Amino acid sequence: MTLRIEIDDLAKYFGAIKAVDGVSFSVSKGEVLGFLGPNGAGKSTTMKMITGFLAPTRGTVRVCGYDVLKDPISVKAHLGYLPEGAPAYADMTPDSFLHFIAEIRGIKGADRKRAVASAAERARITNVMFQPIETLSKGYKRRVGLAQSILHNPPVLILDEPTDGLDPNQKHEVRTLINEMAEDKAIIISTHILEEVHALCTRNVVIANGKIRFDGTPQELESRSRYYNAVCVNVANIEQQAFETFLSSLDFVANVEQLSGSDGFRVYPTEGRQITAELSERIRSNGWDIDALHAEHGRLDEVFRSITLPNAESSK
Amino acid sequence: MKMQNIWFIMKREFNGYFATPVAYVFIIIFLLLTGFSTFYVGNFFERGEADLYPFFSLHPWLYILLIPAISMRLWAEERKSGSIELLMTLPVSVFEAVLGKFFAAWAFTGLALLLNFPLWITVNYLGNPDNGVILASFLGSLLMAGGFLAIGSCISAITKNQVIAFVISLVISLIFVLAGFGIVIDFFAGWAPQTLVDVISSFSFLTHFDAISKGVIDLRDMLYFISLIAIWLFANALIVNARKAD
Repeated sequence: MTLRIEIDDLAKYFGAIKAVDGVSFSVSKGEVLGFLGPNGAGKSTTMKMITGFLAPTRGTVRVCGYDVLKDPISVKAHLGYLPEGAPAYADMTPDSFLHFIAEIRGIKGADRKRAVASAAERARITNVMFQPIETLSKGYKRRVGLAQSILHNPPVLILDEPTDGLDPNQKHEVRTLINEMAEDKAIIISTHILEEVHALCTRNVVIANGKIRFDGTPQELESRSRYYNAVCVNVANIEQQAFETFLSSLDFVANVEQLSGSDGFRVYPTEGRQITAELSERIRSNGWDIDALHAEHGRLDEVFRSITLPNAESSK
Repeated sequence: MKMQNIWFIMKREFNGYFATPVAYVFIIIFLLLTGFSTFYVGNFFERGEADLYPFFSLHPWLYILLIPAISMRLWAEERKSGSIELLMTLPVSVFEAVLGKFFAAWAFTGLALLLNFPLWITVNYLGNPDNGVILASFLGSLLMAGGFLAIGSCISAITKNQVIAFVISLVISLIFVLAGFGIVIDFFAGWAPQTLVDVISSFSFLTHFDAISKGVIDLRDMLYFISLIAIWLFANALIVNARKAD
């Protein structure tokens, strides 16, 4: 494991507003860290400090061993950054824009052409290379920004909402691209699209009101859900009442709940265990026919809400 | 400071002027105004002298109006579109970016100035002017344009709004020119001590450009414009650093 990004006690205050308040985490090579949080939680501000655009109120950021305050140029040289909204020079074409980025990134001669072509290819913008950026659709603009960020094959990628405003096909393409690159880079992606937690990330950090509320794998995040490993089950040839009593009596069942809108029950396991196999066996040994049985995953939107809203748990 | 980075930024910015019709409109207006001022205000023919003094002497007044139009976009547009976040997270320093943009605007002004070459041909056709004087005046005028541009570039970093950048730059440029104007000097001469009057007039573009427009390159005049450019660009970099994320 090589640490690529190290953040320690990072904070940014805007007057009395604590946009980011003591955030610490690190990202290694091969990790895709999904940075989650509601709007205004401090995701973009944190990213702006990592990339050296904003000076922190306190704390340190190191990228590939370089301190962003002491050696900002080295930090910037080692990372690719897609700012929120993918700003670019609107009156340039993607071709001239990417050549400009390549020049500034110090890519010379034939390598420059190759780097531009390869980035354009990977971001799938080869067919719009000679149209002014201002005439492109939102999805293409985003991908021009993405091409710009991966042009110099940086060891660290910071992407602020890379799939925002893209249609489902484009989202899929961008995710594929990120997954392709994940192996030899350290990547931070901010998003509030929860499906990306599974599609992209090896780890998640949830931030709210400038503080880290969760840091762990997507599975760990899911397991915070009360639906995690719950099983929905229904049988045909027995009265509902008796079935519920039977389910409640099982030793691995913590709680049973009548499904709303249809017959059947949702069974919550004790301590989040996997109970599907065991449950189906017990039902069958009683000679009942199983109508439907499926395990649920954790519900991320619910976990997200309970983590980021301090009072969500009690108001439920 | 990497010269290459300054060059790359300058190149991008310079081409940016020509990406829209702005550059062509500007150059045409500039040439019309220089032509008009040379022949009608400067009485090029009536003077009966083979020089370009009527052309150069009115440059300060033209620059007050036209230079802010060149400089207003330098930083205001960058901040408005958010591309400043892109530029400032590339491995370039603020000073490289400030200088690159400034030199692009300066080169563009130089180009507009060079396109007045038919005047030079005319005066050489009609008489035998001292071309050394003309060259000196040309360089002096370009140097003064750099002064106006440095002011405009700095002001452009203060706001996201190009119109505001234009108006404020115009007013400050006007102050710098008028400081040496007879009326202003007389106004102060009535009551202020002579030293103060001298200081005020020594800050004026007019005072320093007057000799230059006659082809006399005085080191002090050159030093004045160069240090003026340096100070405004330094302030420009500080402002960009402080306000880039606002």
